[in-house]
This record gives sequence, structure tokens and C-alpha cells, in this order.
Amino acid sequence: MTGSSVWQQILDHSHRADPYPLYTELRKTPVRQVEDGSYVVSTYPEIVALLHDPRLSSDLRHLPEMGTVSGEGPGLPPSFIRLDPPEHDRIRRLLTWDFGPPHRPGRVDGMLPDMRVIVTGLIDDLVGKTRVDIVDEFAYPFPVTVICRLLDVPREDEPRFQALSDALIQVADPTTGSITERDRQRNKAMANLGQYFGGLLDARADQPAGDDLLSGLLRASGGDEPMTRAQVLANAALLLVAGHETTVNLITNGMLTLLRHPEVLDRLRRGEEPDLAARVVEELLRYEPPVHLLPETRNTLDDIEIAGVTIPAGSRVTLVLAAGSRDPALTPDPDRFDPDRAHNEHLGFGGGVHYCFGAPLARPETRIALTELAQRLRNPRLVADPPPYRANPGLRGPRHLFVDIDAVDPARP
Amino acid sequence: MKVIVDLTRCQGYAQCAFAAPEVFAMRGDEALLYDSDPGQGQRERIERAVAACPVQAILVDREGGRHRLSPETSRGLGEEMERIGRIVIVGASLAGLRAASVLRREGFAGSLTMIGDEAHPPYDRPPLSKQVLIGRASAQGTVLPRHDEFDVRWRLGVPATGLDLGGKQVILADGQRVRFDRMLIATGLRARAWPKETAAGLDGVCTIRTPEDAEGLRRRLAAGPSRVLVIGAGFTGCEVAAACRELDVLVTMVDRGPAPLAGALGAVIGRIAAQMHRDHGVDLRCGVQVEALEGDRDGRLRRARLSDGTTMEVDVAVAALGSVRNVEWLEGAGLAAGPWGVACDAGCRAVDANGVVTDDVFVAGDVARFPHPVYGFQYLALEHWGNAVAQAEIAAHNMISPQSRRWAHLALPEFWSTQYDAEIKSVGVPTYADQVVIPQGSVAQRRFVAVYGYRGRITAAVAFNQSKWLEFYAGLINQAAPFPPSFRTVDQPPDVHPVPAEVPVRPTYQATVVVTGHTPGQRRATLVRRPYL
Repeated sequence: MTGSSVWQQILDHSHRADPYPLYTELRKTPVRQVEDGSYVVSTYPEIVALLHDPRLSSDLRHLPEMGTVSGEGPGLPPSFIRLDPPEHDRIRRLLTWDFGPPHRPGRVDGMLPDMRVIVTGLIDDLVGKTRVDIVDEFAYPFPVTVICRLLDVPREDEPRFQALSDALIQVADPTTGSITERDRQRNKAMANLGQYFGGLLDARADQPAGDDLLSGLLRASGGDEPMTRAQVLANAALLLVAGHETTVNLITNGMLTLLRHPEVLDRLRRGEEPDLAARVVEELLRYEPPVHLLPETRNTLDDIEIAGVTIPAGSRVTLVLAAGSRDPALTPDPDRFDPDRAHNEHLGFGGGVHYCFGAPLARPETRIALTELAQRLRNPRLVADPPPYRANPGLRGPRHLFVDIDAVDPARP
Repeated sequence: MKVIVDLTRCQGYAQCAFAAPEVFAMRGDEALLYDSDPGQGQRERIERAVAACPVQAILVDREGGRHRLSPETSRGLGEEMERIGRIVIVGASLAGLRAASVLRREGFAGSLTMIGDEAHPPYDRPPLSKQVLIGRASAQGTVLPRHDEFDVRWRLGVPATGLDLGGKQVILADGQRVRFDRMLIATGLRARAWPKETAAGLDGVCTIRTPEDAEGLRRRLAAGPSRVLVIGAGFTGCEVAAACRELDVLVTMVDRGPAPLAGALGAVIGRIAAQMHRDHGVDLRCGVQVEALEGDRDGRLRRARLSDGTTMEVDVAVAALGSVRNVEWLEGAGLAAGPWGVACDAGCRAVDANGVVTDDVFVAGDVARFPHPVYGFQYLALEHWGNAVAQAEIAAHNMISPQSRRWAHLALPEFWSTQYDAEIKSVGVPTYADQVVIPQGSVAQRRFVAVYGYRGRITAAVAFNQSKWLEFYAGLINQAAPFPPSFRTVDQPPDVHPVPAEVPVRPTYQATVVVTGHTPGQRRATLVRRPYL
């Protein structure tokens, strides 16, 4: 098996249900160059090193082949995940201003009761059914509702922004075209989403500013130069998309994994270990994460020598986070799902300055979702194992997760 | 509940502060303050924070554990262990407790005695000069978890006064002798007191080292003093000054050196710290000494006379004059002990006055000085939390391991300081430098990485609110990468050029990392008896 063919197999849709044996193969060459000239990194120590290496940029505009495609262009300026410090850090601080510490430390904690109400309502809606789709009936609507409330985006607009969001997720799939072509598509979709947010902002221009994140973005400061309107639109669009596309998969992967590990599902159902759910979520982020790879948006500003390979300046680099989290260098017996691991320093949310912005939201969402599902769905059984998967190799998750149940138990007090 | 955050590992991801906002609080981008003794009501949130920490740096009801000890280490000790029936640890400290924990975990079943001069069990010091002073955590709450779980015979409140190396006995102040087969010296440091005894006794003149010191100072600060004088702008002094400003207490900080932190980080970075303190309203006076502290008839501190000619009214004076190593009790014992601590090899075995390594006496923590290959095998004396933990673990492991399984303490020195909204972190030895350069970030925003070089190689890096990049620079130090760094990175300032580091030529009293220059060149050493400073 040559290096490139392993990579091609990983990208190939037919391996979506279980890419892990291919990751084991991939890790035999920690850093490898693949057909399109980019570099793929798959081992834990090397990924961690690169996540903290300031010679690695997230700004595609450094690449000569990108020309002006990723620039201000016809769309919007790059959102903060496609920027480097200090711009990245400034925008991230502004986005954090109304979201979390230091300025709003209790905001997410204060959302927990509301999250449980939403989850309880969605599960109540399943009463009377014997077959449910965890994706469409639960894992999708839940985080969408949460992010809409956080941004004060009308929930009924969902069909409209969902199409745009789908388009954005689509272009993150490296098999759907060259990086320049996908970036062009991406900018188009971003521009449309930006337009949508522009409309929202215009509509509430004469209303008093609310406590939602979007209103916060317009007034946030904390000593930093505020964002331009175009930057607010670009980053609001990113938060809306990233705020649910990934959590859908984390919750669904979680339910699938619990159904495959009934002893853990049973422990969650019994509810005798108050810290179990949090550890289940972390182990899921290691074992079945929603984000499998950071696609080739990262690029080298200088030569980087790593694991015996010199990645030349100006190269695109893909970090296969999900392969790194299953590296025996991180934890013993990595292919086992074990929420009782003593030390779980996984790569589920990345690392370094680009560490997942939404992690503090995704964690309680998934914790509450899985706890309530475990405690309320009576005798859940997988209808198909493996379930049908979405095509995307990077943002990986089931398209549907059909589960047969005997009944829905009432919510516990 | 007992919470400890290994802030050496922490990179400021703030996930704990999202999960348990009442217990963990962020200051600025990365600086974390936490309550080390929160109520049971917070348990669930804290467990979530523990699980969520991206670098797994939060310890609940555990006292340490940087090294993941593999199970194989406890195998094959039988023969060695049978010869060691009694282990004595002198110093009921973070290092001492950590050693006890590792000894038991690795299977040592003999008698374990812990001797400490303070009356209370081991405690965690970093919060004492930070969150305790501003009332975010209690001083008593810093007692380390699980101190009572390791089947240890405690001798607290009884200082060791001597060591009989030949007879393998520790001599205690009450005249008792404690026999040992192996012994660990972990007596650490104490705060250097204000040198003039009458003034040092004034009500209002304090030092800060113990929980009692911290609680006393907290009360004085909470009472709203008219002005606090901080004498010495090392890390402790700077943290006390920052706590004063956080409480909106007026503070003057004086230092005889050119800038705050200059002894540890050099004056170039020290001047950046100076601006930070001034921006927060500290009356900072460098190149100035306190000539006298004067009290009233009731013995209360009233004013200070400074070498710049001014006299100021002050209620409280904090002497942050650095520390003194607790080695007096070893006088005459024949070990290589002196003002910079007790010399040991990289395996933590104590060295005797002739430079010969002993078999049965080990050293760990602030009182130890050990040769480091990255720094030309010069002996380092460190006052860092992370070093105390790591060195204690290695010492404990080596105490009960056969020769072929011993470890070397080769970790790069690392430390942190929290001041205002700045998390200052360091890796390597910043004083082992001739030049410094700022290749990443912005000094104006006080978000930057400074890289230190010595004779063309990188020897240290210091980050202000940029700790996520630090491990990259640690890698460069380990590789002896060329200085100045010449590669292209994100966030490069427009003007990158090395300047003289302005580190002290000789170790100063406030340095936290000191290369003491004890080289193996001497064939025979003689200890000169002299008063300890």
C-alpha cells in the first residue's frame, strides 16, 4: 500500500463508516506528501507540535496559488479561523467578549437550564414513536435552536440558512474540487450568508441592542479595535454554521457509540456517577470526534523539519486530528472506547490559538443530550450498523441514525 | 474539595472558567485564578472542568502527577526495597508530600517519616501571593490534598537540626534521633526578612511565605491601609503589588535594580513589566532602596525613608527580598550545602563536600541544586512549583530503584507568574543569556514572546499572554537551536533585532533561576564556614 493510496482511501466515501484501520496505516508515516502536493500529518506528537508551531499559518492568502481568491474579493473578509495572530486573536477576543470569560464568565453556565428544556421538549415529541431518527429529530434541531437563541437568529429562517450552511460544509470536503475552486465556492456561500446576516442587522437597527451574541459583536471592545461590519457578518456566519454542524455529529456519534457500548449507556441511564457524562463526552471527542481533519487551510511560512521530513515553505498541511487521537503515543489501547481513562489529552477540539471556539457550548450540549437520551429512550436498538454516513471525510458523521425504541420515559425531575 | 491547577501545563484555554465560573476565573486572555478549597456544591461543575481541560492540568483531591509512571517501574524492586526499611523525608513540603505519594505508589511498604518545622501539613504556595491576597481563596484552603493518606509518620512542628551521615540519623530540635536507610532533603526556602531587626518587628512589616503570612497580609490589605510599600520587585513583590491594585490600595514598589523582574528576566523584559505596573497605578521606583522603616511609640509602622530622599507614610511594608535556603541544619554534616542549596546529581542524589555522590541521601525541590546538561552542566537552583514536583517524583523513584532503572532530572526549568491580566511564563534559564529578541507578538499590547540567546544558541523564552506558543520555543532550547531565530512565523513584529539581555552578571537575591557556576573542575572542596545570608 503506498502512502498516497491510503490517503485516497480515507477520502473515498466508501470508507466513511470506519476510517480507523486506515488511520493506523496512515500513522506508519507520520508526515507524508500526497498526490496534490500537500502534506498529511497523522501522529499525535507531530500534530501537537504543529498546532503550537508559529511557522504554520491559517491564512490561505500566503499561498501563491490562491492569488486573490481568499482576499476581500467579492465575498467577505476571512473569518477568524482563517486568520493568523494578531488579527485572529483580536477578533477571537471580540467574539469572546459577550460569550465567556473574562467578561461574561457565567453566560454558558446560565444557558444550561434552557438547554435541558429544549432537549426535554424534543424527546417529548418522540412519545408514541417506535422508530426515531436521532439525526433529524434530535441531534440536528437541538444545537440549531441553541445557536439561534445565542445569536438571536429567527429559528423559522432555518431552511434558508441551512441551504447556505450545507454549501459551506460541502466545500470543506477536499474531494469536491481543487482548493482554489472550493475556495471560490466557499466565498460565494459566505457572501450569501453574510447577506442574510446583513438583513438581520438592518432589520434591528432601530431596536435597542439585545443581549445576544450578534448585538454584542457590534459593540464589543475590551480595548480592541472593533470589527468592521463586513467582519461581523463573516464571523457571525461562521458561528452559525460551526455552531451546529459539528455538534450534530458529536451528539449522533455519541448515541451511536453508546449503542455499541451498552454497558456505558447503562451507566449513563442509571445516573449514579455525576461525573460520567462529562467523561463520556471527552472520550467521544477522542474516539469518535466530529472533526476528523483540519483540511489544507494550514500552510507553512517557512521550512519545517518534523519527524524526519522537511515540509518546505509554502506547503499546504492537513492535520488528521482523529488519527492523532487514536495514536498509542497518546493513550494505551486507543481503539477502545473507555470513558474512565485517567488522562485524556485528545485533539477533538484541536489545540493552540485556534482551539475550538465553540467547545464550551458543544460540551454541555452533548452532555445533556446524551444523558437525556440514555435516561428516557427505553430499550434503544440500532436499526442499521453502520448507519448511512455523510460524504464529508473531514466533518464526519451519520446522515441518519435510526433507532428502535419500546417507549419514551418521562423526564426525570 | 481540594483543587490544584498545574499552571506550568496550563495554556489559558479557559475551558474550566466556562464550566465552573465560580471556582475558576480568567484575568485577561490567559491568566487563571482559582479557589483551591471550593465547597462540595461545586463538585459537579469542577469535575466537568477537570474533564474538559485540554491539557489535563486540573488536579482534584490529588497533589500532583506530572509524570505518568508506568506500571513496570514498580516491578523488580524487591531486592532493592528489602534493604530499605525506613525512609525519612525532611521537609513537609510540596516536594516532600509528592515524594511520599510516589514512594507509596511505586510499592514502598516500609516506614515513612515526614519531618516538618511548620506545625501544619504541606500546603500549596502559588495562590498565597495571588488569589488569597485578594480574598478569592482562603489561606487555610491551600493545604495539599491527601496528605493523610500515605501511611506516614508525621513529625510536624519539630525542625531537624542536624544530620549524622555516618550513623544515618536525622537529629531533631527536641533531641530525638530518627534513623533512616534512605533520606530525602526537601527543606526548601524561607522568606528573607527585613534585615534590621527592630524595624522587622514593627507591626505592619511583613514577609510572605506561609499561609499565616498570607492571611495576615490579606487582613491588612482588606482593612484599607493608606499605602503599602513593597520592598523588592521580584515575582513575589510584583504579585503583591498587583494584588494591592486589584483591591484599589495605593502601593509603592521599590527595587534597587534597574527594573522589576530584572534579576530573573533581565532588564529589557523588566522594563516592559515596569510599564505594566505603572499603567496599573503602582508608584514604582527603581534604583531606589529603603533606608529605614520607622514606627510610632506603639510599635506600629508609620513611615519609610527611601534613598531617593523621600519619606512616605505607610501602614504596611512587605519585604519581598527573595529567599534563604534552609540548609543551616546541615552544617557539619559533610554535604555540599551552602547558600545556594544542597548539591545533588541529576538523579537527585546528594553530593558530599568532596563532590562525591552519596548513596542514601537525596535532595529535591527549592533546596536542591543540580547540574543541567543544557546549561553546560552548571548547577541550577530553582524556585519553581513544577521543578519541586518533577524533582520530587524523580528523587522518590530513584530512592527505591536499582541503578539501571534510575531516572535523570533533565526537564527544562519552567515557571509562571500572574500579575493583573498578564500570565507571564518562562521556559529555560533567562539569566543564561547575552542577548534577547522579541520575534513574535506586540510589546505595546503586552502579548509577546521573548527569546533569549547565549553565544549563538537559544537558551530561554518568556511569554506574556502567549503561552500557547511556548512549547515550540522549549523545543528550540532542547535542540540548542541557533540564536537569533531567523525563521518566518505568524505575528512577527516589523522590527526584530536582538539587544543585550541586561541580565545580572552575578545572581541577585531575587533571581528565581540561578546558574551558580559550580563546575566539576575542583578536585577537592572545602566548606568554608560563614554566616548564611
